Amino acid sequence: MKLVRDTWLVFTRQMTLVLRNPVWLIVGLMQPVYFLLLFGPLLKNALRMSAEDAYRFFVPGLLVQLAMFGTLFVGFGLIAELRAGVIERMRVTPVSRLSLLLGRSLRDMVTLLVQAILLTVLALPFGLTVRIGDLLLALALLALIALMLSAISYALALKLRSEDALAPLMNAVSMPVLLLSGILLPLSGWLRSVGDWNPFTYAVDASRALFAGDPGNSSVWKALVITTALAVAAATWAARSFARSVR
Amino acid sequence: MTLTQQESAPNAGQPDGRIVVHELTKVFHGNIRAVDHLSFNVEPGSITGFLGPNGAGKTTTLRMLATLLSPDGGEATVAGVDLRRSPGEVRRRIGYVAQGGCTWDEVSAREELVYQARLYGVDKTEARTRAEQAVKAFQLDTFADRLCKTYSGGQRRRVDVALGVIHQPSVVFLDEPTTGLDPQSRVHMWDEVRRLRDEGMTVFITTHYLEEADALCDRIAIMDNGLLVAEGTSAELKREIAGDVVTVGLNGAIEKAVELLSDEPYVAKVEALDDSVRLYVDAGATAIPHILRTLDGAGVTLGSIELHRPSLDDVFLAKTGRSLRESAEGV
Repeated sequence: MKLVRDTWLVFTRQMTLVLRNPVWLIVGLMQPVYFLLLFGPLLKNALRMSAEDAYRFFVPGLLVQLAMFGTLFVGFGLIAELRAGVIERMRVTPVSRLSLLLGRSLRDMVTLLVQAILLTVLALPFGLTVRIGDLLLALALLALIALMLSAISYALALKLRSEDALAPLMNAVSMPVLLLSGILLPLSGWLRSVGDWNPFTYAVDASRALFAGDPGNSSVWKALVITTALAVAAATWAARSFARSVR
Repeated sequence: MTLTQQESAPNAGQPDGRIVVHELTKVFHGNIRAVDHLSFNVEPGSITGFLGPNGAGKTTTLRMLATLLSPDGGEATVAGVDLRRSPGEVRRRIGYVAQGGCTWDEVSAREELVYQARLYGVDKTEARTRAEQAVKAFQLDTFADRLCKTYSGGQRRRVDVALGVIHQPSVVFLDEPTTGLDPQSRVHMWDEVRRLRDEGMTVFITTHYLEEADALCDRIAIMDNGLLVAEGTSAELKREIAGDVVTVGLNGAIEKAVELLSDEPYVAKVEALDDSVRLYVDAGATAIPHILRTLDGAGVTLGSIELHRPSLDDVFLAKTGRSLRESAEGV
């Protein structure tokens, strides 16, 4: 299969580059670690929960946040590659256009999963517990989010071709999505009604259900269905952008 | 069938390197005709140069022929394949080296070469062999295993071209292959380009350097404002301008000089430049005393006087009314 072979080729090259500078993998973890250490302790009092319950509430949301912010900005790397002429060089070869996207998104999914596992391990001393099967399901959900957001990021990068345009746009979109997903605090009132339209609310609810040991919760299958559908749509859009003007 | 193919192919195993372009057109933003009904043929195994100022439409033409831009009109056959119908097959048969380079800073040239070969579908062992061959052929040995960010401009450009031909295409497009290079690297690059031609490749370059078109290209197509204004070998193009060219350097009084000299019977044509006047005359050696006398008699002070055979710049000037040197400097 040409698609699989080409995707693997692009993925291994991208992964080689990540491993050449693995420090960025750690730097990407800094933001959620700060939240874990500097924001987590406040929750115990704010939510009037036991420390264990607070972290079991907070860490699953934090993982979704990591998936969002870890992958939403991957378009910057693509802009650098566009500027260096690397992408154009590949577009003149017979390599599959879809592979150019999937290989990169696959790298983003793998790096995210490594980061998510590290973050989960770091949270264990705070009293977090999770069954391995539930954790795997949660990681699958995170990987789907990574696929969706990296695809969106790449498609926008191909459209805008400028970091100066991409950064404010990403912030403008990601902040309300983050706040309306109930990651930091539970949503209530009218915010809850708006949040019901936010696909990430389902992801956060599902992640929490899984860490609470409740994989049968309806939010789990809903989140998986919604995220899969959006990931497929985003990947299709991005693959078209890659192929645009080159049939 | 196989027999006839082998007979007609200049090199065994390489498909036809011919390029046939008919009425090719690209319109940007609805009304800017970057390339306007362009038609030309390129013979296989030759170096063809597109000469013209920046913005003439050279790069746009190249990008269309390399499948990176879809034409708005016309058609083209590249390496024996219809460009619009089978761009995928065109990609297998061509190489393209963009103006701005194409290497990634954080990998070595050898890694890039192996990866590029693999993008064309060959396995890892074969890709390594091809990379090694390219390193030898383009003399990259001394730096091939260092990261690309450490390379000089000339080294980088050689790697770019090596990447563009790693799959041994029958046609390779080089967009301004020597722009920004020092004279020594430029000559080195010319040698590489000639070697590719001698190996049977059709090489298609764009340039705004007159010397490069003159020294390197078997055939030259002069482009201006999206149109092909002249086409032929360097000698053919120059032959279109009969006689000699005399350039008279002046300190002001250009208009007066033009007026005076236009009336002289031995002058075929006068062109005014920024600080000089260019005269097309039948015989330069006998015309110069007359020119001196005419200008001196009218009180016009001469800065310099120069006699030369027509250059490609004279051809460009005759065809477009502008000097290519001035157009290039103006950008």
